[in-house]
Amino acid sequence: MEFFAWCMIAAGIGMGLGSFGTGIGQGLAIKSAVEGVARNPGASGKILTTMMIGLAMVESLAIYVFVVAMIILFANPFTEKVMELATR
Amino acid sequence: MTHPFLFLQWLEGQLNMHVGNHVTYTWFVMLLLIVVAFVAARAVKMVPAGWQNLMEVVVSGIENLIEDTMGPRGKAYFPLLATFALFILVSNLVGLIPGFYPPTANLNTNVALALTVFAMTHIVGVKEHGFKYLKHFMGPIAALAPLIFIIEIIGHLARPLSLSLRLFGNMYGHEIVLMIFMLLVPFLLPVPMMLMGVLVALIQTFVFTLLAMIYIAGALEEAH
Repeated sequence: MEFFAWCMIAAGIGMGLGSFGTGIGQGLAIKSAVEGVARNPGASGKILTTMMIGLAMVESLAIYVFVVAMIILFANPFTEKVMELATR
Repeated sequence: MTHPFLFLQWLEGQLNMHVGNHVTYTWFVMLLLIVVAFVAARAVKMVPAGWQNLMEVVVSGIENLIEDTMGPRGKAYFPLLATFALFILVSNLVGLIPGFYPPTANLNTNVALALTVFAMTHIVGVKEHGFKYLKHFMGPIAALAPLIFIIEIIGHLARPLSLSLRLFGNMYGHEIVLMIFMLLVPFLLPVPMMLMGVLVALIQTFVFTLLAMIYIAGALEEAH
């Protein structure tokens, strides 16, 4: 049963690390976008569009971690094998 | 999981049918869009009112976005891209109503959408350039072509993966967050998260449509 405890820990730490890097990346992107809009408010429409695409690209890294965490928690491929070994 | 009661699931149980929730709710969204389109286009007037007014704003918004990103040649792909935008937007937003399940919170729906984009980009490329479409994958230097070719193929295969997983992860993640908040405090606390859900639904629709546009525009332009 220790296996499932480690699964929980892996999912939690993985999600934390994934969102840590993504947060820094998105923060940098938004910082530059806000600076750009402050200097040239006329270009705000184009900057917003480009920033959205960039943010979505960066965000997908965190989303991948989330999907992996969900697989570990709810659809773990090793669950049956571990249960079989544990009951033996 | 977040939905204690899904009315189409109940209806399915009454009729003894076994189709997935995402399929029945996809049908529901399709029906909704067809009915709205029919009502809006039934009596087209010079000065729009009611449904026609709403649909004109939406359609002209998407048209302007296509014009900005793809140029005048993008007009031909307006029906496909507008269908993506409307379908994804409505199916994202439908999940906020109690008793409804967003079809985009299931990976199967999103893979279908992303594979359509993937097939469309290459069909457009071959139609536009013929055999020369291979040049898109070769890179600028002929000697390095075998190396670049493999990298390009991997890059192109990663597109449907990232498109589908992004939409799925956002919608499913939002469902999970709502479920956890409902378990912790079932009163008023999930409301801000639902407000954020509206934002997520709009942004993900925008991103999916914009990326589809960029991919098709990339297949349209000449190889460098």
